Amino acid sequence: MRYSALQILKNGLTGNRDWKPVWRDPAPREAYDVVIIGGGGHGLATAYYLAKTYGVQNIAVLEKGYLGGGNVGRNTTVVRANYLLDGNLEFYSQSLKMWAGLSQELNYNVMFSPRGCLLLAHDDGQFDALARRGNANLATGDDAVLMGPEEVRAFTPYLDFDNARFPIRGGLLQRTAGTARHDGVAWGYARGADLHGVDLVQNCEVTGFKIENGALTGVETTRGFIKTAKAGMAVAGRTSQLAAMAGMTLPIESHVLQAFVTEAVKPVIDTVISFGMGHFYISQSDKGGLVYGGDIDGYNSYAQRGNLPMVEHVAEAGMALMPMLGRARQLRSWGGIMDMSMDGAPIIDRTPVEGLFLNGGWCYGGFKATPASGAAFAHLLATGEPAGYAAKFRLDRFATGALLDDEGTGARPNRH
Amino acid sequence: MRITCPYCNTRDLREFTYLGAASLLQRPDDPAAMQDYIYSRENPAGENAELWQHTTGCRAWLHVVRNTATHEILSVRPAREVVEDTP
Ligand SMILES: Cc1cc2nc3c(=O)[nH]c(=O)nc-3n(C[C@H](O)[C@H](O)[C@H](O)COP(=O)(O)OP(=O)(O)OC[C@H]3O[C@@H](n4cnc5c(N)ncnc54)[C@H](O)[C@@H]3O)c2cc1C
Ligand SMILES: [Zn+2]
Repeated sequence: MRYSALQILKNGLTGNRDWKPVWRDPAPREAYDVVIIGGGGHGLATAYYLAKTYGVQNIAVLEKGYLGGGNVGRNTTVVRANYLLDGNLEFYSQSLKMWAGLSQELNYNVMFSPRGCLLLAHDDGQFDALARRGNANLATGDDAVLMGPEEVRAFTPYLDFDNARFPIRGGLLQRTAGTARHDGVAWGYARGADLHGVDLVQNCEVTGFKIENGALTGVETTRGFIKTAKAGMAVAGRTSQLAAMAGMTLPIESHVLQAFVTEAVKPVIDTVISFGMGHFYISQSDKGGLVYGGDIDGYNSYAQRGNLPMVEHVAEAGMALMPMLGRARQLRSWGGIMDMSMDGAPIIDRTPVEGLFLNGGWCYGGFKATPASGAAFAHLLATGEPAGYAAKFRLDRFATGALLDDEGTGARPNRH
Repeated sequence: MRITCPYCNTRDLREFTYLGAASLLQRPDDPAAMQDYIYSRENPAGENAELWQHTTGCRAWLHVVRNTATHEILSVRPAREVVEDTP
């Protein structure tokens, strides 16, 4: 069913009894041409573009829990393209362009809201770094506005401009950046994939690979063996474990990232703001909650919950930037398991196992990456060649030295 | 999470800094093995041997075995001792 204003009117007038489940709930078949492992944003988007753009039929997405129950439904929904290095630049640029038309593409409201994203600088060095970053963004064809302190004050007057320790020296605004409805993205891609005939198989965990003579012949799952010569891994925080089942050790650590939301308040923050001192960023959801987060806790974790020191740190950073935050009551906090690569950039590549492909290492940036990641992974799976805008996300860059260390912090996931 | 430092007793997580997997203690001589040493990680969901520094305490480097699925600390030893015991 395609959604339209007429549908809403018709169903509204008839008591909303005729809405159908948005996707089927099929049992897995014996064999598929392509199996996507992981029903998060990336897995669902990959299946959608594989079926739609490349006309691949007979695709399954295998999800160990329920669709969208992973990070895609736990993130703070910031979408931006203000990275620094070639490789990251063209990829996130492509993704941001796709966000702009995603609701139309999927016929599903993902509530993408280009409300802008402001990165702040608190000293001359940071300001120079932002200028450099902004130039890189402009050279990529993206939008970037370098602001002095007075312009920042006019744009976000409620920040603490008199902070003696962290005065606001300026900022870099990307007007085309913003936020989206995370669940809506998962559901939109799921529905789109289902409409194109993809089997979305839930409660189906991949527990092993069958590899013969170096080539993939199938996957073991909790719902039985599934024959396939081609599989794509898109399991975010579980990437290392899944790859280990194929005998691979990856340049990835799994870390917990926490996020927070306050009770709903009246509209007060109409953009996304990122503090330059201590990792803190904030936006306001359409429901009114102030949504914010900071750094990963900083140690390997699969616990999906963090510890109190980071809660305290994030609250302190928020208060240093925006003292009015102290009046809001925090409602909830939660954690998600992030696949932190050793240089802070993702991997979309083939693996040493013929027919087995890898999508992972998304670090802090995996939600904004969803459309381009799905499209690039689908391109790789369908054609065997990397998409141009994702060609630098190679697995062998850790051997060749062509690293994508945007933060320039070295092989330390908790420094990215 | 609290870590029992062998020198300072049980202290709050805030006092410690995480470096990474304890495999970093075994720096290889062979340049070909460097890539794995620097970048590859077992990243287990369960027991993980790792290096922490008691940054705002005695500043000792510690070899900590911790369960990454539960955050339970299973053992803490001075990293130096672990290096000396490794043949
Ligand atoms: C608190 C938090 C805030 C974030 N904020 C942002 C942000 O503001 N902007 C941004 O761009 N990014 C953000 N991210 C990062 C982003 O959410 C992730 O990088 C991205 O969602 C990961 O891709 P995914 O959606 O495919 O992952 P997921 O939704 O986690 O999907 C992976 C799926 O694989 C399944 N799976 C795992 N193992 C198996 C198996 N063996 N068999 C079958 N299925 C399996 C899981 O159940 C899961 O559903 C944030 C992350 C967190 C945790
Ligand atoms: Zn100590």
